[in-house]
Amino acid sequence: MKIVVCVKQVPDSAAKVTVENGKVTWGDAPLVINPWDEFAVEAALRQKEALGGTVTAVTIGGEGTKDALKHALAMGADDAILVNDPALGTLDTQAVAQLLAAAIKKIGGVEMVFFGRQAIDGDSGIVPAQTARLLGWPSLTLASVIQAEAGAVRVERSTEEGRQIVKAKLPAVLSVAKDYGEPRYPSFMGIRKAQRAEIPTLALADLGIPAPAAVVTWPEVMNLPARDVKCEIIGGTPEEAANALVDKLIAEKVL
Amino acid sequence: MDFSLSNEHLMVQKMVRDFAQKEVAPVIKEYDRKQEPIPFVLPRMGELGILGISFPVRYGGQGMDYVSLGLACEELEAVDTTMRVAMSVHVGLCAGTLFHWGTEAQKQEFLVPLAQGKKLGCGAFTEPGMGSDVTAMRAAAKRDGNQYILNGEKMWISLASKADYALITVKTDPNPKKPSEALSTFIVDLTSPGVTRGDIHGKLGVRAGSTGWINFQDVRVPAANRIGAEGEGFKITMSAFDRGRYTVASGATGLIRAALEASVKYAKERAAFGKPIAEHQLIQEKIARMAQDYEIARLLYLRAGWMQNEGKRCTREISFAKKFATEASFKAADDAIQVHGAYGFSDEFDVERYLRNARGAVIYEGSSEIQTLIQAGYALGQREDKPLRCEQPAYDAEEWQK
Ligand SMILES: Cc1cc2nc3c(=O)[nH]c(=O)nc-3n(C[C@H](O)[C@H](O)[C@H](O)COP(=O)(O)OP(=O)(O)OC[C@H]3O[C@@H](n4cnc5c(N)ncnc54)[C@H](O)[C@@H]3O)c2cc1C
Repeated sequence: MKIVVCVKQVPDSAAKVTVENGKVTWGDAPLVINPWDEFAVEAALRQKEALGGTVTAVTIGGEGTKDALKHALAMGADDAILVNDPALGTLDTQAVAQLLAAAIKKIGGVEMVFFGRQAIDGDSGIVPAQTARLLGWPSLTLASVIQAEAGAVRVERSTEEGRQIVKAKLPAVLSVAKDYGEPRYPSFMGIRKAQRAEIPTLALADLGIPAPAAVVTWPEVMNLPARDVKCEIIGGTPEEAANALVDKLIAEKVL
Repeated sequence: MDFSLSNEHLMVQKMVRDFAQKEVAPVIKEYDRKQEPIPFVLPRMGELGILGISFPVRYGGQGMDYVSLGLACEELEAVDTTMRVAMSVHVGLCAGTLFHWGTEAQKQEFLVPLAQGKKLGCGAFTEPGMGSDVTAMRAAAKRDGNQYILNGEKMWISLASKADYALITVKTDPNPKKPSEALSTFIVDLTSPGVTRGDIHGKLGVRAGSTGWINFQDVRVPAANRIGAEGEGFKITMSAFDRGRYTVASGATGLIRAALEASVKYAKERAAFGKPIAEHQLIQEKIARMAQDYEIARLLYLRAGWMQNEGKRCTREISFAKKFATEASFKAADDAIQVHGAYGFSDEFDVERYLRNARGAVIYEGSSEIQTLIQAGYALGQREDKPLRCEQPAYDAEEWQK
């Protein structure tokens, strides 16, 4: 089974992301693999372990984004591909999906494509569905249990309302929810393999598509309004404290 | 001169950090309070390869270098000293000494399962009546055909009750020409008849770790388990301490970092006299010192790691790193408590545990006084490193993958 996992390099979740002069910045905070994508890599590896085959990690971006691919390799992916081209401008989600779909077609014979549920920087969560649409494959998002066999896949989806069981034919695109299970750490052997791996780059000419144009622009980005919070600690016995709290909540018109 | 860590080093650091922060940090307080080891920690460290990080793949290890070993110790001790102590004795004293001095057969029999994390090792030198003065040890082994008969007691041994094997140094010559020639080193299976052991309770620190005693009563040890020659035990023990001290130094560096990070966070949150305490200069002084000491400790251990990679002897450099980092970590933990005020005095925060854990490292693996003597010896030209019969193998990025 040929499996692809799409990953993204994002600012560390501990980074302080702010807007300066209309531009988003995270200072010199390190970039890491999107934490949700680690779940996707885990799911891809478990499918490979269950069914045999290979896992190829794919990302889009400059040299620096190779670190996300290396993380996937260190976790156990077999190989990795970088999609990059000097002609690429700002990408929105559908442009990203066009590039990924082209790369997946180029790899050829892929039966399962895994994504994280969303990227922690853009937070749109729609690239998996858009990629599936462009490929003409079913899109099974927020998967928490995945069983593939005989050209089909059965997925339990974690939705806000509860669990939903869906089935589809392969090939298919899946995005993985957090309750799929903890992603493994990179192994030491994997780390070494990742550092020595030659990661090929696919340019637009290799993909056979023109540079996809973004249809969404970001005319303005703003910092969150500063919050002015006053913290007050209410003392006394639990009963007194509860009474005082209720009085205050009523006075503040919260209750 | 290139001071940067390789990407490989950075990934090792992140991997060990993620393990320690995600799996151990949430439960360490509870076990420290109970004075019990966290049951899953050592098996997990074995499974992840941390217990065999710096040994060649053919000996069951992960083929990483000595710098990676230091980085791993820094990350482990930034969460809790007990994990680093396990590295010091399992990797530094026991497995590392087999790798350095063992025969191929001994490596196959003992090093492989240790490096794979399937067996645990400890190093047993200290006795109830002696610690620093190694040649004054009384535990002894007498040759009997192709065996030795071991008698005596070892005390203050980390992982005493958990280890499968002990690397142990005892007296084999009651009338040596030189006291240092009286000793020999063995690898002993701790399930052998005549071995009894237990834990010491009521320790100031490393309370989630095992520290104990091991008693040997007519324990028969195959002569094939002797490491090196008879009479070579002193030299072997000193080389084991070099390795152990390297892990102590890098670990203590992690403790300084943990104290610093806790202090920075708290100092920004806590206000006094109308501003965050981080804006009071006397608090800044403490934080600046922790930051500076962290950098110094780090440079000292990384240099020692690099020297080991190159196959250079670095007893002197490791001594500087060990003494500086352990003393600075105690000071950093103490200052971190001060920054936290009364909250630092409670185990609601981590810094009081840092202080208790930091204290032991100023004593074990060669106390600060002993380090001072070593350093003065080098400075005064009274001490120089003579070539050893075996040198600790240099790191070989290709060979170690095999
Ligand atoms: C938590 C913990 C874990 C340990 N783990 C191990 C282990 O795994 N394996 C092991 O073998 N041992 C272990 N030890 C023991 C440790 O190595 C010894 O405590 C250490 O070597 C000091 O020996 P001692 O306690 O007998 O002190 P002593 O040697 O009796 O020294 C007492 C004091 O006198 C000082 N002193 C001694 N000689 C001199 C001198 N010449 N000049 C000036 N001052 C001197 C010492 O520095 C110390 O301050 C551990 C100890 C602790 C606390």
